[in-house]
Amino acid sequence: MSRLLTLENVHTHIGQYHILQGVSLTAEEGEVTVLLGRNGAGKTTTLRTIMGLNPASSGTIHYDGQDITKLPTFSVANGGIGYVPEDQAVFTTLTVEENLKVAMRKEDEAAMARQDYVLTLFPDLKKFWKKEGGHLSGGQKQMLAMARAFVNDNRLMLIDEPSKGLAPIVIESVMEAIREMKKQTTIVLVEQNFSMAAGVGDTYTLIDDGKTVQNGRMEELVRDEELKRTYLGIA
Amino acid sequence: MGLLMNLTVNGLATGMLIFLLAAGLTLIFGLMSVLNFAHGGLFAWGAFSGVFFYGITGSFIISVVGAILTGIVLGFITEKLIIKPVYGNHVQQILITLGFMLVLSEMLKVVFGPNQIAAKTPDYLSGSWEVGGVILIKYRLFIILIGIIVFAIVQFILKRTKIGLIVRAGVINKEMVQALGIDINKVFLYVFMAGAALAALAGALMAPYSGVVYAEMGLEFAILAFIVVVIGGMGSFPGSLLAAILVGLAGSYMAYFVPSLSLAVNMILMAVVLIFRPQGLFTAKEA
Repeated sequence: MSRLLTLENVHTHIGQYHILQGVSLTAEEGEVTVLLGRNGAGKTTTLRTIMGLNPASSGTIHYDGQDITKLPTFSVANGGIGYVPEDQAVFTTLTVEENLKVAMRKEDEAAMARQDYVLTLFPDLKKFWKKEGGHLSGGQKQMLAMARAFVNDNRLMLIDEPSKGLAPIVIESVMEAIREMKKQTTIVLVEQNFSMAAGVGDTYTLIDDGKTVQNGRMEELVRDEELKRTYLGIA
Repeated sequence: MGLLMNLTVNGLATGMLIFLLAAGLTLIFGLMSVLNFAHGGLFAWGAFSGVFFYGITGSFIISVVGAILTGIVLGFITEKLIIKPVYGNHVQQILITLGFMLVLSEMLKVVFGPNQIAAKTPDYLSGSWEVGGVILIKYRLFIILIGIIVFAIVQFILKRTKIGLIVRAGVINKEMVQALGIDINKVFLYVFMAGAALAALAGALMAPYSGVVYAEMGLEFAILAFIVVVIGGMGSFPGSLLAAILVGLAGSYMAYFVPSLSLAVNMILMAVVLIFRPQGLFTAKEA
């Protein structure tokens, strides 16, 4: 197993606010790394900083051995990183088909085969192929956002709170899709729902007040009642 | 009947010219959130270069192509030097583009002289046809045709091509487009150049329509274009077409039936639309 992503002491400022104040984490190839922490801890900003949407003011981000700290967002994405934002950011007046098409870097035979494969993970999207993104339900939008990030052969997926605001039955489908995606790619996942995170995660990074407080294997965290109570409020 | 038809053709022709100018403006605003007050300057440069190229080649087609190329080059320079440093700051955009508008107008005087210049209509587009007692001026019909063709081409690009898809996605969420691996700054540049080309095309077509070109014409028509963009919905391409036709027709009818209100009609139209639909007739997302 090799290290695909490494953040070392990353700091990020947004305007006058010092949001990330020392985040360090690693993501091993083929694993799911879950970012955990309270609301406002800095999990979403961590993903946005990796993508270059909120560039790091100091520290380093290495992806596949390359320093991507200062790269523009589109270069980070073209390096093979897919991003599913917290609000899904589906293109509302584009159809499902167009949402996927705009994301596809190539439209050759291999890319179309990849799209067909992705649609097997999210079969509902096929039913709403010509429907505009804005007319989909919350769960369908989430699946479209994930399919859009996965339609290219990305080596790393950054997924931000995929279960947020979804019904339990939809959450189970989303988690099933993540388990399938995990077979093909490395995932860094932000998830508030601890039981869900524990169900798919291999490793975790615990963030509090913009700083990494602990990294480790997920099974260790599951057993560590003190850590869960202190930082996640789980009794 | 003949009078109404004439007024309608006049209104549609004027509307199409305003549409060509407003189309670039609305695309630039919709995708880039840039308030480009220099747009009128690009229009005026299109008008002058059209007259210039027509004068040296005697070919109307070459004059229009020359004007479009001038617009593209000026669009490239404007985006790189003027717009790029002020992305995301509307106050600075207004100040710098207004200033650049004045620079473009003054540069016209430096290059072409301070006086207005006569613009000729090519022979094959001069004159009129009489159909059922209605006199249809050829050049006005030509402008309407060009407006329809440009609308169809831009709609085709927006709806049926990958770059159009990217532009439409960018209007909705620029950040996400970048996160999909697309260099949005390059797309901004292309859209800006396309918008400038449309402005220059409008200028080149306006010259024979009005018979003269003058340095201040940019500011004059830019105001009309801004009214159209506001009425149509900031960033909406079909909205601009509809609003431009409304403005053109209203101006034409009012100038004949209520001349005293003809100058105020556009403002009245804008006020009425803003009262009932503050977002304009269409929304940007429908671009």
